[in-house]
Amino acid sequence: MDKLITHSPILIIAIPLLAAFLTLLIGRISEKARNVLVVVSLVFVEFLVIVLARDIYANGIHIYTLGASSPTLTIPEQYMVPVRIILQVDAMSIFMGIIAATVSLAAAIYSLSFMKEETGQDSFYTLLLLLVAGMLGMVFTGDLFNLFVFLEIAAISGAGLAAFRIRFADTAEGGFKYLVISSAAALVVLFSVGIFYAQYNLLNIAALAQVIQYTMLDKVALALLVIAFAMKLGSVPLHMWVPDTYAAAPASITAMLLVSSQICMYALFRTCFSLYGVTLNTATVGWIVIILGMLSMFVGATMAVLQTDVKRLIAYNCICESGYILLAVGVGLAVLGHPEALTTYGIAAMSGGIFHMINHALFEGLLFLAAGVLFYRAGTRNLNEMGGLAHNMKLTSILFLLGALASSGIPPFNGFASKLLIYESVYQFNPILAIIGIIVSIITLAVFVKAFFSAFTGQVLPKYKDVREAPKLMMLSMIILSIIIVFFGLFPGLIVDWLAHPAANALINQAEYINAVVGG
Amino acid sequence: MTQGIPFNVPFLAVAALIGIAFYIILSQRNLIKLVMGLSILASGVNLFLVTLGYREGGVAPIYTHAPIERMVLPVPQALTLTSIVIAVATLALMLSLIIRIYRHTGSIDSEESRTMKG
Amino acid sequence: MMSKIVRTMSNILILFVFVYGLYIIMHGHLTPGGGFQGGAIVASGVALLLVAFGSHNLHKSLKERHLSILESGGGLIFIGLAFGGLATIFFYNFLVGSPIFGHIPPSGPNPGDIWTGGVIPFMNLAVGLKVLAGFSAILLVMALASSRKEVEE
Repeated sequence: MDKLITHSPILIIAIPLLAAFLTLLIGRISEKARNVLVVVSLVFVEFLVIVLARDIYANGIHIYTLGASSPTLTIPEQYMVPVRIILQVDAMSIFMGIIAATVSLAAAIYSLSFMKEETGQDSFYTLLLLLVAGMLGMVFTGDLFNLFVFLEIAAISGAGLAAFRIRFADTAEGGFKYLVISSAAALVVLFSVGIFYAQYNLLNIAALAQVIQYTMLDKVALALLVIAFAMKLGSVPLHMWVPDTYAAAPASITAMLLVSSQICMYALFRTCFSLYGVTLNTATVGWIVIILGMLSMFVGATMAVLQTDVKRLIAYNCICESGYILLAVGVGLAVLGHPEALTTYGIAAMSGGIFHMINHALFEGLLFLAAGVLFYRAGTRNLNEMGGLAHNMKLTSILFLLGALASSGIPPFNGFASKLLIYESVYQFNPILAIIGIIVSIITLAVFVKAFFSAFTGQVLPKYKDVREAPKLMMLSMIILSIIIVFFGLFPGLIVDWLAHPAANALINQAEYINAVVGG
Repeated sequence: MTQGIPFNVPFLAVAALIGIAFYIILSQRNLIKLVMGLSILASGVNLFLVTLGYREGGVAPIYTHAPIERMVLPVPQALTLTSIVIAVATLALMLSLIIRIYRHTGSIDSEESRTMKG
Repeated sequence: MMSKIVRTMSNILILFVFVYGLYIIMHGHLTPGGGFQGGAIVASGVALLLVAFGSHNLHKSLKERHLSILESGGGLIFIGLAFGGLATIFFYNFLVGSPIFGHIPPSGPNPGDIWTGGVIPFMNLAVGLKVLAGFSAILLVMALASSRKEVEE
């Protein structure tokens, strides 16, 4: 078991890769064997992530050097800097790993039923496993160029999956927009990596953090990285691709693309906190992140009011909720240089923002899966054409209502706990921001009330008289997510102490991050 | 061969390529031209990576039958190679999606082929 | 479908292109080249065949189903070799010191010895197979999708 824990960082990334290449071969022989392979590999990845998480919370950061004679041999003899690709898993990385593994497992089980009548399913599951490998690789790596490579892997697989159902007219456009934006953002990241290598001759994040000085070129690199990751995570003003891509993709893939955007948010935080740390001008950069968050919240909530397509509505809500996370962690970044403000409300703001990340992934995932059931049974995404579907689809309507209430911050669901933590701490930083946050939350509630009443309640339209309930596998994946939502809502203190607080501390503690690679 | 040009010229070429590429991406409506703009951006960034590794009087970093000891940096060349591979895969996928958009909407103009508004 | 001279010459030239591509793949640890570059050269040979014979004629002998199997095989060899060293660590070069590709090269400028490298030549071969199968499949499918018969339908 100890050997499994030592090797688990690379096993978590390599097993989806191995399963992806095997799926293409096994899919030709038998369909059932391929489905079993996909689900078994994702369950194994989830098991390894949970085992590794328990070990990290007990024992600290895990290091894995690929190709050395021992996993922790980062600097061999006669070398003065770390060599080889080094995977570095701290509490924040494993937190994002838990999100990615859980949502991917739910999405894969959902896809077994949703994509049953499509052709070319072998390629679908191959791309899905490659997307999982790309996402997990991005969070576990401690090397900047490796981050770029896994970012591109996730982007290409995500675009291929978003454009998968080629019989519809809008899917190719959604996938194309996603690919153009991701490609441009990744090239800007590569330019910044080039700037870092030209100055310091290093690619490892921990080694760079030790020697970085805030020269003019470093400021240019920081600006480029912030722009690139803001493009990828769908914050205003670079959010144009989000509604089109999230609406066109199959429902389970939208949930995974959402987690992929959150992982790009994690990459933004990793550069601001662990790579630059206190050497950068935290007040300025923190306020830039806060302003990005405020714009996203406002534009997301107000544009969601005007939508008639249910998935576009939920996509604008996604933009709004990621604005909350940017606001909370931006407050933490702005007070990074002031120790007393940090302990009073900075760490609480960051814990709230990080807790909101997992809540966001869960309830938005549940909403997208429920909207996918509507599309699968009723054949339309337009709210004007739907009506009275709750009579036949009772469980789906309850789950949609659960997701909607969690998103608006109504107790006892998980959105309330994280939003309360964010409001309390942001109010101590600047009261106006917290008040705008509360107003936006009320607008979100209004939007979802409109959506729920328009789709589910009212008279049963004659063409929907005999729609059936969702298939069993889709029900299973939605129920998994909803159980976790209710559990997080009833015991938020447990989750904040066990998951969110260590992650916030791991981001702030740059010295420990550097020492794990360079000091030992 | 490198005595004649001042050493700044490749970096100016990088700036020109990236500037032209961003102008194309932001202003052109034809989807094929947009993809070409992305390709020029990739060329600019790859040229930047190769140029930053140059050392005065160095040869290619290959030990097999190497003429002298002073070599240029090999790591940026590995980064450039990976970036070229990724750019090719992205280009193939983008062109396939353009073929699909043309089949559905009959035009490759980005304004006329929009199906989702608002 | 081009004239008889072009078709005959491309039938002969594809062999030279294939051999040159394999040379670049296998000597990747000594001279410039490696998996991706050699695979791209072989794929350009397939592009030569595509131009000479036309996509529909080429599709009768070279189908993308078989190329897909070759591509998956290449990927599996790469990941399998990476897992092979898992007794010590992932990606461990377990063939250094063994009789297969196991010589240790001297440092500094040297005439290249092809039996060095350990696992690297096999990984070059795996990547080369994957790239040549992938590029050829892309070229073939895109040529089929935009050929005159398809567009007229």
